[in-house]
Amino acid sequence: MGELKLMKGNEALAEAIIRAGTDGYFGYPITPQSEVLEYLMAAKPWETTGMVVLQAESEVASINMLYGGGGTGKKVVTSSSSPGISLMQEGLSYIAGAEIPILIVNVVRGGPGLGDIQPAQSDYFQSTKGGGHGDYRLIVLAPSSVQEMADFVPVAYDLAFKYRNPAMILSDGAIGQMMEKVEFFEPIPRLSDEEVKKRYAWATNGKPKNGERRILTSLDLDPQKMEDHNHHIQEKYRRIEENEVRFEALQCDDAEYVLVAYGTSSRVSLKAIKLLREKGIKAGLLRPITLWPFPTKKIQELVKQGVKGFLSVEMSAGQMVEDVRLAVNGKVKVEHFGRLGGMIHSPEEVVEALEQKIIGG
Amino acid sequence: MSEIALKDIIKPENLVYQKTKLMTDKPLSYCPGCGHGTTHRLVMEIIEELGKEHETVGVAPVGCSVLAYEFMNVDMQEAAHGRAPALATAIKRLWPGNIVFTYQGDGDLAAIGTAETIHACNRGEKIVIIFINNGIYGMTGGQMAPTTIEGMKTSTSPYGRDVSIMGYPLKITELVAQLPGTYYVTRQSVQTPSAVRKAKRAIKKAFQNQLNNAPGLSFVEVVSNCNSGWKMTPVDANHWMEENMFPFYPIGDIKVDGQLVK
Repeated sequence: MGELKLMKGNEALAEAIIRAGTDGYFGYPITPQSEVLEYLMAAKPWETTGMVVLQAESEVASINMLYGGGGTGKKVVTSSSSPGISLMQEGLSYIAGAEIPILIVNVVRGGPGLGDIQPAQSDYFQSTKGGGHGDYRLIVLAPSSVQEMADFVPVAYDLAFKYRNPAMILSDGAIGQMMEKVEFFEPIPRLSDEEVKKRYAWATNGKPKNGERRILTSLDLDPQKMEDHNHHIQEKYRRIEENEVRFEALQCDDAEYVLVAYGTSSRVSLKAIKLLREKGIKAGLLRPITLWPFPTKKIQELVKQGVKGFLSVEMSAGQMVEDVRLAVNGKVKVEHFGRLGGMIHSPEEVVEALEQKIIGG
Repeated sequence: MSEIALKDIIKPENLVYQKTKLMTDKPLSYCPGCGHGTTHRLVMEIIEELGKEHETVGVAPVGCSVLAYEFMNVDMQEAAHGRAPALATAIKRLWPGNIVFTYQGDGDLAAIGTAETIHACNRGEKIVIIFINNGIYGMTGGQMAPTTIEGMKTSTSPYGRDVSIMGYPLKITELVAQLPGTYYVTRQSVQTPSAVRKAKRAIKKAFQNQLNNAPGLSFVEVVSNCNSGWKMTPVDANHWMEENMFPFYPIGDIKVDGQLVK
């Protein structure tokens, strides 16, 4: 590990993108994540690691550049914020269908529509349930600090390539804009063209001398073959659900009540459980790190362990709470507490919500 | 008189022409008489002649040639509707030693993908774009295209294209020729042996430009008939194309070696 640096979340993300051995970044400016492209253009990684950085004409073009580049076996990434991510949904559906590993970062802002430029978590459904057309999933990682904005980049790439599936880092405007200390991982060298060809036999980068040409497509006009392909990707998703759930459980061992929160909400909730414990209420925090796959089993374990109620704390009108309810399956009380449209809860509001909606409710 | 057996005829020394091995053996899904099959073959013959079979990546569109990857025997990606130039941009930038091309129809390139087309051209991406213009949406059953000429009947302009309601046909090839990022822009056709030979020279020049690392994009429009969409026999469709399409979409080079020629 290297020296500590004080950086914005978006800048730490950009630096991590270079260090993770990325071959290409393709993006379009949008608040509150424009620092990513600005940092990369200022850093000129094409002179050091050989990484390509390109400002595209739209988010639609960016995501399709990822299809093309990722389809050749190279490590490619884009970042945007909510309205831009909506524009990318078509491309993501095609990428998931063609099983192309790519990384996409959403620094979420308030919506719907143009909304505002303040932090929000209202893109949870879009991120974890597919987002575009067809049956597919993204692997979704939710950082809650500037450190995790950096650390999750190589983790997300590894998952994307391991499963040939798009991966998303779902951040928010607060994590993207705030400054914190960050310690970077050792740089990961870019793969040579030869290594890419050797590792990824599916990639379309020139027909092998002694092999068949490769095709990347999401199309099959034969519905039976399309059903078979869907079963194949669903089987992959089951393996991801089985093996890749990540979460942090804080003070859950003796907890009677558990707050479920990710990203910025989890930081507010961490303070809230401290305040609750000071009042003698045994509260814990479950922080899903992977939003899909969701830590369903952990929630079920907590129910068995005797947790009496869950409060899903979100900067949304109540999206993740549906996954908490599915996990709990009616056994104990589950409620939602949210601030909307770019507002963030105070810890005191969360304490009050737990007391009113769960304990006293 | 001795009988001549087939084996006496099929000999290497008697071979005057054969299908390029870069076309697969899968029967083409195009209507008989359509220009797609010929244009596919020309592109693949050229890749073979340039010796770039193992260094080529093609991008297929959405439209009649959505299954181009079934017929073109090189590494291929299938893009979403209109997005092929964005895919090709990243492929070429990440593999600058590869030959990268898109193959697109008029709806794909000149309607839904206009932004991707213009900006790939304007950035001077070192790729080849092959653009089939038949003035109609063939795959979806003959609707009006951005390149449908004035007065032309389609299923969504059943009384003929009325430009006061439906706007004007888009000469996107002339438009991209104005951009500093294009290096070679030409319009060809494949309805006669002579036209096929000229089209092949043009497409070869486009790929040769990329091979030579020429500073810009090479863009080849092929005006083609759509006999089933136009509801004509192939022969009538070719005549109609020559009489009605060519005056509006004149055949020939528009920009050569970065200089406008007309």
